Amino acid sequence: MSANAARRPVKSKPSEPKTPGTGASVKPIGLREKWQGYWANQRLVAGQTLRRLVKEPASSAMTVLVIGIALALPVVMLVALANIEQLGRGWDGTAKISLFLDQKLSDADAQRFANSLKSQAGVEAVEYRSSREALDEFRVMSGYGDVLNSLSRNPLPAVVLVTPKASEQMAETSRQLLELLVAKPEVAQAKLDLEWVQRLHAMMEIGKRITLALAFLLMLGVLLVIGNTIKLAIEARRDEIVVVKLVGGTNAFVRRPFLYTGFWYGLGGGLTAWVILQASLLILAGPVSTLAGLYESEYSLIGLGFGNTVMLWITSGLLGWMGAFLVVGRHLSGIEPR
Amino acid sequence: MIQFDDVSKRYPGGHSALNHLSFQVDHNEMVFLTGHSGAGKSTLLKLIMMMERPTSGQVFVDGKNLNRLSSRKIPQHRREVGVVFQNHQLLFDRTVFDNVALPLIIAGFQPRDVGRRVRAALDKVGLLDKEKKSPVTLSGGEQQRVGIARAVVNKPKLLLADEPTGNLDPQLSAEIMHLFEQFNQVGVTVLIATHDLSLIARMPYRVMSLQEGQILHGGVSTL
Repeated sequence: MSANAARRPVKSKPSEPKTPGTGASVKPIGLREKWQGYWANQRLVAGQTLRRLVKEPASSAMTVLVIGIALALPVVMLVALANIEQLGRGWDGTAKISLFLDQKLSDADAQRFANSLKSQAGVEAVEYRSSREALDEFRVMSGYGDVLNSLSRNPLPAVVLVTPKASEQMAETSRQLLELLVAKPEVAQAKLDLEWVQRLHAMMEIGKRITLALAFLLMLGVLLVIGNTIKLAIEARRDEIVVVKLVGGTNAFVRRPFLYTGFWYGLGGGLTAWVILQASLLILAGPVSTLAGLYESEYSLIGLGFGNTVMLWITSGLLGWMGAFLVVGRHLSGIEPR
Repeated sequence: MIQFDDVSKRYPGGHSALNHLSFQVDHNEMVFLTGHSGAGKSTLLKLIMMMERPTSGQVFVDGKNLNRLSSRKIPQHRREVGVVFQNHQLLFDRTVFDNVALPLIIAGFQPRDVGRRVRAALDKVGLLDKEKKSPVTLSGGEQQRVGIARAVVNKPKLLLADEPTGNLDPQLSAEIMHLFEQFNQVGVTVLIATHDLSLIARMPYRVMSLQEGQILHGGVSTL
């Protein structure tokens, strides 16, 4: 039956081929045509590989999800650090010097001393709080009212809050001012509130380094995951590779679909990481604004931003491409027609 | 078109497939290559396809010394030679059209030219109405003709075939051979390795027979 079906078309053919000269010459195609063909093939392969991944959502989703989670971790950490940094930056400018005055100083002397500071160079504002005011404030804030009432005398010193003039080198000029003020005889103790901001910065630096190290390791992991996936894809398409090489496919041509597949995996992972980040921000936005409200702050979470988002996608796509590139060269050279 | 100059091929392990082989196939000639399995037919074809390189001696195809071609030039060389395999080497996950189009896409043809050339090739082998089918649904003879269409779609000057009728009954084999004759008539040099002696005995073409890597007879052109 199959023989009959096969026979018919041959017999119905004229013995002379329709196009004379066909088969006799290889007409070389021009450079421009070749270039156009090259790009047509790029587009074709890009589309084909993407369709192939979408067609097998179960297996490709698994890989994309793994890459997405691996990329999301450092991205979320970086965004968290950026938020903490913003928090610290907001408080840099409000650093104040607290001068705890000698308790032997009379109220009037203390007041006079505070006033004299107003003309000091580098001082923006001076706020005087007598020891009585300090005690009252502490009583209200702490809720230890009864205990404090039982004290025979006020243990709190008078305080002068000095706001340094805002400038570029805030931290440095504040410190210089602090040294100047602490040397005055009326001052028992002085404290610059900038210290915790500096500690925060130091901790942030450590956090950044840890995130970078983690990002590096996880990116390495992504490379390996994609490499392994592509390796399996190459094995599955071994026959096809042999045929393509037999009919004159260059290594670049054979490599192309695998590189695109790696790129799509990476890009998919990048998109997934972005979705995870946005979801985390969405979940945190409510509690954070509540917390900020309690501190009477306008603070709100900052996200990745447009530029960094595009950067993330490009990086993840390139990462996928690289993961594929690393295995493709090694495995394809082993597949030759025999 | 093809020239072998004192060509030997020894495989690692000492097996000697070809032994100081010299012959020539002229332009526009159609030649059958026969011999028992293991006589060196496949090795000879592989050397022309540059799937192997000779241990010694020189192979020329269309005036090109293949020894002088670097590995990077192999794809270009293969695009200029059409090959038909006994086991078709078709890709079953794509249509007949896409199978035949493969060499053109590799060579960088524009989509509209691809369509035109593929249909011309399919028309020649009488499978124009099967272009959208999967090769799996075709009979053995039809699959072989898809393989032939793919081999000629790039309009090569040289067509090689390795046991193209190996799995086919005599009737179908004769039709496949007739197809090769038609290509030869329009100027394609054809070299067919086969052990189907009864079939080639009825055809008026040179028969070159190999034995243990050497030419038994038919090494000289009769044209």
